[in-house]
Amino acid sequence: MNIPYALCFLAAEPSRLLAMAPVDLAIVIIYFALVLAIGFYMKKYTQTGEQFFMAGREMSAWIAGLSFISANLGSLEMMGYAAGTYENGILVGHAYWIAAIPAILFLALVMLPFYYICKTHSVPGYVKLRYGEAARSLSAISFAVMTVLMSGINMYAMAVIMKVVLGWNIHFSIWVSSLTVAIYVAAGGLLSAIFNEVLQFFLIWLGCLIIPIVGLLETGGWEGMVARIAANFPGQDFTHMWRSTGTFDNPMGIRWEGIVFGWGLAISFGYWCTDFLIIQRVMAAKDLRSAKLGTIIGGFFKMIVPLIVILPGLLGRAVLPFELVSEPVAQQTGQHSYNEVLPLLLVRYCGPGLLGLGVTALIAGFMSGMAGNVSAFATVWTYDIYQPLIKKKASDAHYVRMGRWCAMLGVFASIGTAYLVMGFRSIIDYAQVVFVFFIVPMFGTVVLGMLWKRTTPAAGFWGLLAGILASFFLWLWVRLDPAAIQYVALSPDAKLGMADNIYRAMWTLIVNVVVTVVVSLFTKPKPAHELKGLVYGMTEIPSEGHFPLFQRPVFWAAAVGIGFVALNVIFW
Amino acid sequence: MSDKKHFISIWFFIGVLLAVYGVLIFGAGVWELFNPTPSQVIMRHLHAGIWWGLLLAAIGAFYCVKFRPGKE
Repeated sequence: MNIPYALCFLAAEPSRLLAMAPVDLAIVIIYFALVLAIGFYMKKYTQTGEQFFMAGREMSAWIAGLSFISANLGSLEMMGYAAGTYENGILVGHAYWIAAIPAILFLALVMLPFYYICKTHSVPGYVKLRYGEAARSLSAISFAVMTVLMSGINMYAMAVIMKVVLGWNIHFSIWVSSLTVAIYVAAGGLLSAIFNEVLQFFLIWLGCLIIPIVGLLETGGWEGMVARIAANFPGQDFTHMWRSTGTFDNPMGIRWEGIVFGWGLAISFGYWCTDFLIIQRVMAAKDLRSAKLGTIIGGFFKMIVPLIVILPGLLGRAVLPFELVSEPVAQQTGQHSYNEVLPLLLVRYCGPGLLGLGVTALIAGFMSGMAGNVSAFATVWTYDIYQPLIKKKASDAHYVRMGRWCAMLGVFASIGTAYLVMGFRSIIDYAQVVFVFFIVPMFGTVVLGMLWKRTTPAAGFWGLLAGILASFFLWLWVRLDPAAIQYVALSPDAKLGMADNIYRAMWTLIVNVVVTVVVSLFTKPKPAHELKGLVYGMTEIPSEGHFPLFQRPVFWAAAVGIGFVALNVIFW
Repeated sequence: MSDKKHFISIWFFIGVLLAVYGVLIFGAGVWELFNPTPSQVIMRHLHAGIWWGLLLAAIGAFYCVKFRPGKE
């Protein structure tokens, strides 16, 4: 959910921040060689559809969980949110706590059992079982198009960053990184993607953790850092999560109800509970308990990601001897922009070797996100579009071949999108809106389907469509008349951008839920026997009561929940 | 954990990579220690490369041994 910040990179002017030594280059090359080797090694273990698309459904909780969070850490998460933190302060950290943890725990304890027990291959697959072909086609086609589009945009953004940070040729970056992902996903399918994501998880953490450690040593700990920020930027609150959210007078221009209901409910639950890109990882777990535990493990690591993303953004405010500026200003004045805060800290703290590890961590982040897109696209295309709409009856081997080709073609389509973006940058704006707000109505549609047996197939389709259209209408309204933000965000003081997106998500979910409920009341529900394994009250969920307390998902969910509350209180 | 039964564990691959990286980063840190060059790196006196390289090598070696191929 880092798109607004991440896409700022696309306006960056080429320059070069880092100069790598031979040892740094060796570290990057070894990484590329190993991920390719894993892909080829896994090929012989992915011969059936179940192995290729679902990794054989035999992943342990730890592997599923680390892969789950690694796929999310991908794209431009680290640099985008570090930049956002430099600009807006610790408020951006809500993305990791209230806009993640409740939704992740809800997925683990409430929604995942239905996804897992019905043995579907995908989220659109669940929509098909619950609502029928029309709703499935709408969700699958939207997901496939958006996945390719976002993958291409992220790919281009990554290449721009490589050019800005390292001076690498933009075409070289696009082709080398995307072909590497295409090869290892096409060869080893989801299994290869998951294994590489676990590897990438370690690299991301070990490559980035050095910055906050050395940074805090330089500032004399957290208190020292806060004191430096206060001295450098007097009168501005960059280090409190909630204290300044009683009004719109804070760096993000958002009030508490927007954070709680728009960001923490609509966007967060939409993304974490219905975006197949990440859910696919835990659906590949060997049993339901492992899937739940994996999700909770992912939640724990999500909760501490601010250590390597938010803290560096704050350290930038504390230690950099110059002030960073927005991208347009940077282009005019030649100053460094917010987006360069993480590379600038890498240069500040990392000598030869460590610099290579840090750069590899950034590349690993991009590639894990890209692989997530490609593997999810291959599954949804093959099982939710190609099989039902184009070739209904074919052998399992045929669908595996289609999946392998699809991984390659998905990457080539993404490369095409990347080049399209170079020519028409306004596409980014549209893609962001469509991507973010397609998944919000998906949440309302899916969760009502899971928890309310009265929800009808017609309501599933029309509720989803109404939600998507509502999000488009609200976006268009504010774009044509910026003053309309006072109605969308309930105040003329709200700022366009992040706050605008968050409030629009809230209205989108409300429209989706209201239409789904109303249409359900006037149309015919499915017979009870067709709802078994799909709906609460009609599904037998395996008991975990015979496991010791510390092996039960609910125990660890409670522990993560307590950590979440404690962090919010500590950084209030 | 079925990933142990069928194929080389992912933890072994991670161990190999971290061990190699640890040696490279430790080596670069030691080289810098004895051949200091002009640099814009702050807090150089901490020699982060040396201890971070050692940490990576230790984690990598642990994973390599614990999850080596053929070990049940």
